[in-house]
Amino acid sequence: MKKVLMIHADKCTGCRNCELACSFSHEGAFRPRLSRVHAYSWEREGISVPMMCQHCGEAPCVSVCPTGAMHLNEANGLVEWNKNVCTRCKMCTVACPFGNAVCDAASGSIIKCDMCKGDPECVKFCPSEALTYVEDTIAVRTRNKAFAAKFKEAFKEVS
Amino acid sequence: MFGWTGNTLRINLSNGAVTREATDPKLAKLYIGGRGLGSKIMFEEVDPRVDPLSPENKLIFAAGPFTGTYAPSAGRYMVITKGPLTGTIASSNSGGSFGSELKYAGYDLLIIEGKANKPVYLWINDDQVQIRDAAHIWGKNVPDTTDQLRAETDDEAKVACIGPSGEKLALFACIMNEMHRAAGRSGVGAVMGSKNLKAVVVVGSGKVEVADPGGFKEAVLKARRKIQAHPVAQGLKAYGTDVLVNILNEIGSLPTRNYRDGYYPTADKVGGESLSKNNLLHPKGCFSCIISCGRVSRVTNPKYLGEGEGPEYESAWAFGPDCGIDNLEAATKANYICNEMGLDTITMGATIACAMDMFEDGILTLKETDGIPLRFGNAEGMVEMVRKTAVREGFGDKLALGSYRLAESYGRPEYSMSVKKQETPAYDPRGVQGIGLNYATNNRGGCHVRGYTISVEVLGSPSKMDPHVTEGKANLDIAFQNLTAALDSSGACLFSTFGIGADELAEMLSALTGVPYTTQEFVKAGERIWNLERIWNLKAGFTAKDDTLPERMLKDPIKTGPSKGGVSQLPKMLPEYYELRGWDKEGVPTEGKLEELLLAG
Repeated sequence: MKKVLMIHADKCTGCRNCELACSFSHEGAFRPRLSRVHAYSWEREGISVPMMCQHCGEAPCVSVCPTGAMHLNEANGLVEWNKNVCTRCKMCTVACPFGNAVCDAASGSIIKCDMCKGDPECVKFCPSEALTYVEDTIAVRTRNKAFAAKFKEAFKEVS
Repeated sequence: MFGWTGNTLRINLSNGAVTREATDPKLAKLYIGGRGLGSKIMFEEVDPRVDPLSPENKLIFAAGPFTGTYAPSAGRYMVITKGPLTGTIASSNSGGSFGSELKYAGYDLLIIEGKANKPVYLWINDDQVQIRDAAHIWGKNVPDTTDQLRAETDDEAKVACIGPSGEKLALFACIMNEMHRAAGRSGVGAVMGSKNLKAVVVVGSGKVEVADPGGFKEAVLKARRKIQAHPVAQGLKAYGTDVLVNILNEIGSLPTRNYRDGYYPTADKVGGESLSKNNLLHPKGCFSCIISCGRVSRVTNPKYLGEGEGPEYESAWAFGPDCGIDNLEAATKANYICNEMGLDTITMGATIACAMDMFEDGILTLKETDGIPLRFGNAEGMVEMVRKTAVREGFGDKLALGSYRLAESYGRPEYSMSVKKQETPAYDPRGVQGIGLNYATNNRGGCHVRGYTISVEVLGSPSKMDPHVTEGKANLDIAFQNLTAALDSSGACLFSTFGIGADELAEMLSALTGVPYTTQEFVKAGERIWNLERIWNLKAGFTAKDDTLPERMLKDPIKTGPSKGGVSQLPKMLPEYYELRGWDKEGVPTEGKLEELLLAG
């Protein structure tokens, strides 16, 4: 069964271990600027939100790619980047509505989540389960049920 | 270099000179980084007798080798300077992301010298360094300053700044970063204010490199598992540090009403359990933290309305039981004001407690306190005094000097619960003997985090000792003081010791830096740093006479609760402490000890 990476922003503590793990794994050094995931924090509100490639089923970055470098791998459901055929036109970084693909000006690499070949480092190092990697049906139900539980508490109070 | 960036940035505010120097690998090995390297630079470059608020004092921001890596809960930096509250060497520790960002910009240390002739801030964007005008933000509080500086530099910049209290040289002003994290104690914010430096703004695109990536990852995963399995670390995540209120009260060692007592019957109202139930929005972690003891909180009561972070245990105690107050909303509000204005919560609360004590005894009257009846338990009055202190208005102008100078100005210094003029925190040494010895011998005055014997004496980690006995406490203190000096220098958080110790820290440090540290060498570096700080203080004029506690802790027994009748037995422990330290009877390190630590000459 296919797995998906779930982001639970409500559990994010803003520690950025995900960025550290990602950059260390991909770049061989701790360099959050080149991480494929970013946890942004709003200190006044005390809220943090992780952002990363969602591996869209119909991905704008794939649609605009003139060479097929950015493509959907049907077998694993991931949007993958083939650097060998990429012309560095950077249209993918323009097309992504979330800003989840960027180009590193120094190396010319497209910086985007590759799911670490099915074993994401960010999930391994997230200490608060804000990032989880789970089979997709269960994942969807988990989130659905978590909200249902809130309704249940409200019902208990009025009944 | 691996772990270290290998670069030090030096900025002279008097003449605007910006220079880059190589971080000396030999010194890095001996002093690790952070507090250690910073103290070594103070030792080499600053006369210990200098006026702390003069241009001759220096202000050093120092990250450790772990800072910027995923070593668990190890993203911290230190501010090292001569402290204006104590006159001792001061180093104050803070979390958040600022230290890591400094490393990504390419620097282990930032040394600030001299004094700008008008308010300025520093803008560090990798190797682009500018001293910029700060007239438009002078007077602004910490959140507004942070927002404004991000708007004119980089939206993701990390900002360490002072609030109005630091500008007005309140002697216990702190340096705040990312709005809510504080290099809190010993008045480092006043030193920054004295240099006309409002803020340091940093953005970095660089990296921290690792000597042995595979070995480092393995060592980190092992350390993480140990911390995550530790019950105290789990308690900190669930309830924050404020979980300690009930624990300390249950053993009768929660200082109450300026240490008039050590037990507070309604303490649970300001404890972490109450905080979680009534005010907590969610936990927050510093950079690379796996514990997340930070509390994002809210008070909805219109009287104390606010949102922010806190309170920590020490703050809830200082604005709570120490002032005879069990109102968590008021204590939280006082904490918010301190964060926004840039004040150390421990000294603030303890100074108000001292003033309340003097008011109760008729030494202070309504005339001095701006018409506010400053009795124990007056929550509204307490919050108002914090507000006044932050801007040095009315009686707040005196409070801004700390409890010792306040009490002394009325001829009654015995009302100040402080060591070397810095207020002792929330563990009563009459019920926990080892922590009293640590207060008395601490290199920055009354301080708990530089020798947290509470871990053993109260929490039973990694083993348990009876808090009431004195036997073995000198040894225990020395072990914690040395370990913490090394840990502070590495960039790790004290709370990581709930789960790991010198073994794990040395293993991670070796894999990260490629410099082999045995456990013994790591702890030895801590001992070296402790002794270096000690020598600096002796040169500043401190003597063995200053290694003591307020008379109240030595002579007035705790009146109620489980530790009733207890006093600190410091005189029993101190000579043994000197001896085990390898110091003479006057507390001076012997030649032999200095040679052993490579400090001779």
